[in-house]
Amino acid sequence: MSFRIFKINEDLKEFMPPEIIDLEEKATWGNPKRGVMDLPYSKELLEEHSLCAGCPESAAFRYILASLPNPEDTIIVNSTGCTSLVFPHIALHTVHSLFGNQNAIASGIKRTLEWRFPDKVKDVIVLAGDGAIVDIGLDCTLQSFFRQEKITTICFDNEVYANTGGQESGMTVKGHVFKMAPKGKQWDKVPMWQIAIDSGCHYVARLTVSSPKRVEQVIKKAIYVAREVGPTYVHLYTPCILEIGLNSDDGLEEMRRTDKERFKFFEYMTDAAKEVIQKKKEEGLI
Amino acid sequence: MQKTEQVQYNRAGQRVVSPEYMLFEAPRTKHFMTGSEVVKEAVKRSSVDASVSYPITPQSEAAHMIGELWVEGYVGVYFRGESEFGVMSEIAGCAMAGARTITTTSGPGTLRAMENFPMWAGSRLPIQLVLMARGINSPLSIQPDNLEVSFLLDTGCMIWHAETAQELFDMIIAGFVVAEQPDVHVPIVTVVDGFFISHTREAVMLPPDDIALPPYNPYKAPMPPIDMEMSPGRFLRDPYVMKSNYISYATHASWQFEVRAAIERSRPYAKHLLRGLIEEFGDPEGDLVFVASGTAAAQAKEATQILIHEEGVKARVVRLKTLRPFPTQELIQAVQGAKYIFVPEFNVVGWLEREVRRALYGHVDIPVIGSPRVAGGMTMPPEFIVKEILQFLGKEVKHVV
Repeated sequence: MSFRIFKINEDLKEFMPPEIIDLEEKATWGNPKRGVMDLPYSKELLEEHSLCAGCPESAAFRYILASLPNPEDTIIVNSTGCTSLVFPHIALHTVHSLFGNQNAIASGIKRTLEWRFPDKVKDVIVLAGDGAIVDIGLDCTLQSFFRQEKITTICFDNEVYANTGGQESGMTVKGHVFKMAPKGKQWDKVPMWQIAIDSGCHYVARLTVSSPKRVEQVIKKAIYVAREVGPTYVHLYTPCILEIGLNSDDGLEEMRRTDKERFKFFEYMTDAAKEVIQKKKEEGLI
Repeated sequence: MQKTEQVQYNRAGQRVVSPEYMLFEAPRTKHFMTGSEVVKEAVKRSSVDASVSYPITPQSEAAHMIGELWVEGYVGVYFRGESEFGVMSEIAGCAMAGARTITTTSGPGTLRAMENFPMWAGSRLPIQLVLMARGINSPLSIQPDNLEVSFLLDTGCMIWHAETAQELFDMIIAGFVVAEQPDVHVPIVTVVDGFFISHTREAVMLPPDDIALPPYNPYKAPMPPIDMEMSPGRFLRDPYVMKSNYISYATHASWQFEVRAAIERSRPYAKHLLRGLIEEFGDPEGDLVFVASGTAAAQAKEATQILIHEEGVKARVVRLKTLRPFPTQELIQAVQGAKYIFVPEFNVVGWLEREVRRALYGHVDIPVIGSPRVAGGMTMPPEFIVKEILQFLGKEVKHVV
């Protein structure tokens, strides 16, 4: 990409909305060392998210977008759910096509971009909810891992179908009562991070978004490994405060609590991934 | 044809020629091949960037051979997906990223993939799907039948129906050109009746294989390609699709109308490259008219010959090459003077009869008879059609089938 595509025509500048001008003046394109520390001073490619007040997903969005090492050549594929509400506000090429086909779409995009731009790095990232990735889209998710597609898959796990009104998902904890599970969920939470390892991912991490810097580290590792080795998977706990009966300012506390139990930080990497991460650390990029 | 002196080559090293030169002017040589092999020959000359495949009879062989083209360097991206649903999404990803794309499917695979087709149309992806029709379960059938076409009619894709392997070859090439017109830019489904065309050999005239269509230019598309080479403009600043307000309804409605309007705008391009949206065959004075498409039309033509030459019945065939757009005006014109319209079909529901009735209603007052109709793998020999007609006319049936 040429950075000129973000240049605003001078004659039209006075008509441009302020966030577009911010994008030209305060965004951090072209700097792989960009990160969450830029957040207070820069434009993180996201405008006016449409999620609930205090939604941890909105924080996750900001941290992830601030951490992309190559936003000027990054494509994000999303899916149906709360996440899809945010994508129209993101200043990257994003795709929403169907509920559950996100890893299939991403596979086609990644392979085509490699064919069309052999001399450029184009990162393709899937960013979708637990319903999209683990339930309806599990086939496409795992098949993309089996095929060793060089894409990063990020799951926003809120343990529920939140956008449709709070139904049980495969990621719901056993026993938890949600709609469609009026007697409580009868079976265990799907260990998606383990399935990702068994299915061929080279870097897998499970964490909450309570620590922005940790999110940045994980996202950068996942993207660099996907670029050079193969599929990577990041599982983020972004609780739906609405559906579990918390207040707008309770999200962070909920994540800190689960940091110590079922979302205790967990990281896995293959030897090939280790090598890439080591190299990037030496280059000062992680 | 070549207006500029500069000769251009595609990534496979083939000389780039205009669609008109490829389809109308290039010298052709005779080959004896199956419909599946013809798909390979068409793809080879179409500067195709990407194809994704999945096995299902009877389209598998065509998909294999696109894979061979990938090995030979004529196709840029090729792999086997996990299911037709996955494949149609993967090929959509390829098209979104700016590739000229083709894929193939049959029968149940079409329905497995179904959710993708309106998504292709709504995303304005000019993907080509070669559908080698085989019918739909249950009970399990791997026999010729084209019921799945009925399900595709309202997906927002263009649908063309080839009669022969030769026509399939020409339609695949023309299909890319028409589908990629900036004012069209919707998917194209090129249908043939499975087995009858895919698995039988016939004489096919092919242009040389060192020439190819101009490569696809994704920057002429009405929707920007997803490649971060163009401004990522936040075109949904107030994201209408995400809100329940009148703008969202109006936008969705107008977009759906626009997709259908895009199919309508394909008419002149298709007419030019297919040499008309219909073909007329038989006795021009014939008052008994078969309206048919695909293999049913081929069989009706054979029956027409028997009716004219052996039974003294003035008959003719109006063969529809395109189903979307539907050649309404051409059909109304062509059936003038007819006494009876017969619609022979290879499916149980008679989707073409429905289409014909709808097109003619209020324009001509001619009985439309949805017959003969076979399904599930039954064949439709010309004698069978002749018998049906003679019985209808109250004539003696000499041919026995």
